[in-house]
Amino acid sequence: MMNLQKKKLYTLLALVALFVILFICNMLLSPYHMRIINLVGINIALVVSLNLTNGFCGVFSLGHAGFMAVGAYVAAILSLPLVKKAIILPELPKWLGSVELSFLPSLIIGGLVAAICALIIGYPVLRLRGHYLAVATLGFLVVIQVVITQLQDFTRGARGINGLTQYTNTWWVWIFTCITIYVVWRIINSAYGRGMMAIREDDLAAEAMGVNLTKYRLLAFCVGAFFAGIGGALWAHLITVVTPLSFSYDRTFSLVVMSVIGGMSSITGGVVGASLMTLVPELLRNLEVGITVGGISIPPLYGISQIVLSVVLIIVIIVRPKGIVGSREFSWNLFKKKKWNTMNQMEN
Amino acid sequence: MDSTYLLQQIVNGIGLGSIYALVAIGFSITYSILRLINFAHGDILMIGSYCALFIFLSGKVPLVVGLLLAMGFAALIGMLVERIAYRPLRTASEESMLITSIALSILIENLGILTVSAQPRKFVFPEVFAKNHELAGVTFNNMTILTVGVAVLLMILLTFFVKNTRLGTAMRACSENIGVARLMGIDINIVVAIAFAIGSALAAVAGIMLGGQYGRIDPLMGFIPGLKAFVAAVIGGIGSIPGAVLGGYLLGLFEILLVGFLPIEYTGYRDAFVFILLILVLLLRPNGILGSAEGRKV
Repeated sequence: MMNLQKKKLYTLLALVALFVILFICNMLLSPYHMRIINLVGINIALVVSLNLTNGFCGVFSLGHAGFMAVGAYVAAILSLPLVKKAIILPELPKWLGSVELSFLPSLIIGGLVAAICALIIGYPVLRLRGHYLAVATLGFLVVIQVVITQLQDFTRGARGINGLTQYTNTWWVWIFTCITIYVVWRIINSAYGRGMMAIREDDLAAEAMGVNLTKYRLLAFCVGAFFAGIGGALWAHLITVVTPLSFSYDRTFSLVVMSVIGGMSSITGGVVGASLMTLVPELLRNLEVGITVGGISIPPLYGISQIVLSVVLIIVIIVRPKGIVGSREFSWNLFKKKKWNTMNQMEN
Repeated sequence: MDSTYLLQQIVNGIGLGSIYALVAIGFSITYSILRLINFAHGDILMIGSYCALFIFLSGKVPLVVGLLLAMGFAALIGMLVERIAYRPLRTASEESMLITSIALSILIENLGILTVSAQPRKFVFPEVFAKNHELAGVTFNNMTILTVGVAVLLMILLTFFVKNTRLGTAMRACSENIGVARLMGIDINIVVAIAFAIGSALAAVAGIMLGGQYGRIDPLMGFIPGLKAFVAAVIGGIGSIPGAVLGGYLLGLFEILLVGFLPIEYTGYRDAFVFILLILVLLLRPNGILGSAEGRKV
């Protein structure tokens, strides 16, 4: 085993390296590529927080996009400059219409409101098990969509709120991503995390051992929702538009795909899944507008990226039901172990 | 409140309920055997309606033959889907099957967009069906009569099939306990394939009726009716065929009456109410109205 000090040092170095690379990317790459890198970061945070609920605690939720929507709309309304607010959302109640917060408080309030929603929804719904829970959370997503579309005064309905300030940049995204990973990592390595995993394995046994099911499930659900809310808010201020369709069923689905393909009950799995499944569809997007490869022009294939995504998902579930990474985690010991093995073999 | 108005809403509700009931039966059958919530079921409905549209457009076959052809085609697709995606997962967890069915749903929808384009199409039914009747102040057209008639007929046939045939008995045995059924020499694969075929054929009928009532169809048309039919199946008691029928009609009536009697500014919330109802039912009576409690092995 490597000692803790050394591991901490390596982690710190890796973080520094990450931000140096991001800094260089930021200077060299085009805004289009930077946007993809930022989306990767946001998706990593979303999937890792989804993994806390779905993977570690076994609360199979399909409502993540709903919490994103809550966070995004709350933050958008709060951070919208007063001048624009008067034009775009003239019907807002006074106390909300005369408020303009800076980005960080908007983000945090967005996340908190999402977490409160999770608390209200979760308290009754988390008593359900397995796929009943999945469907109930999907129902929650539909309810959120309908409410957003109907609450014209606050959300402008189906037209959505546009013209948000593009606050989100590489630093916001990746610092948020790192914080998410750190928090989730701390939770799963605490007594709470072990309780959650016990619930996932066998809720009856866990309850018999004194794990408070409702409390632990709610905790996982609310923490997941909190990060989903912030993620949604960051996403909104990156794209600068929020509409009800931005957080539809498709988004929940693509997050679940990332989570399942990477490995549901692993942070590393979340990171791998999110990165892969953000980059690959981006490449496939070219097919949807039609490209020419080696003189052969391929006509635009609408929906092809979704088709590839779903086929990949089905194959992964059949062939590798635990995802690419499975439930393993990245650790600095991986490097150490290898050396130790080779040395062992040399001695033999 | 005007009683004619109420009666009119009830007639409309029964029309919509028939469609939900047909789709809910498919959900219920596959759930009772495999413990699978088949989200792709709504998309089979879409395939059925497109298939019927193309058959009717070619214009050479009588209505009944077209209906049967569409049912047959949907049944084939249903069996194909089961063979390719669900059979390898027979022993997998419920969540794995659920995710697969979502993936299949997205796959079918996008294949639809790719092949028949996302543009909604006009669904043409022979003129006769648009003809209105009036009875005691309530208007309804031949389409509603056809929908309710076909739905009831199919449900009677299905009940007969499940109660009185060898295959139906095998199906009931499988939903009781699939492992023991297999030990008794029942070929599980055939039973499951037949279950998917029946569910898909009924969904195709529902799709055609939906197309006939709304007059237009598109590749994403199956998603919301599919979800609502699932809600109907849960309300009635998932796994029970009479429960699915009851749930379908109850949900249809609930939805139409809600829209008919709520002030106009709340009608947009219709889908939200349906899902709030679902959550309430799940909490108060998780096994539905006619469902039997599922024992939990420790």
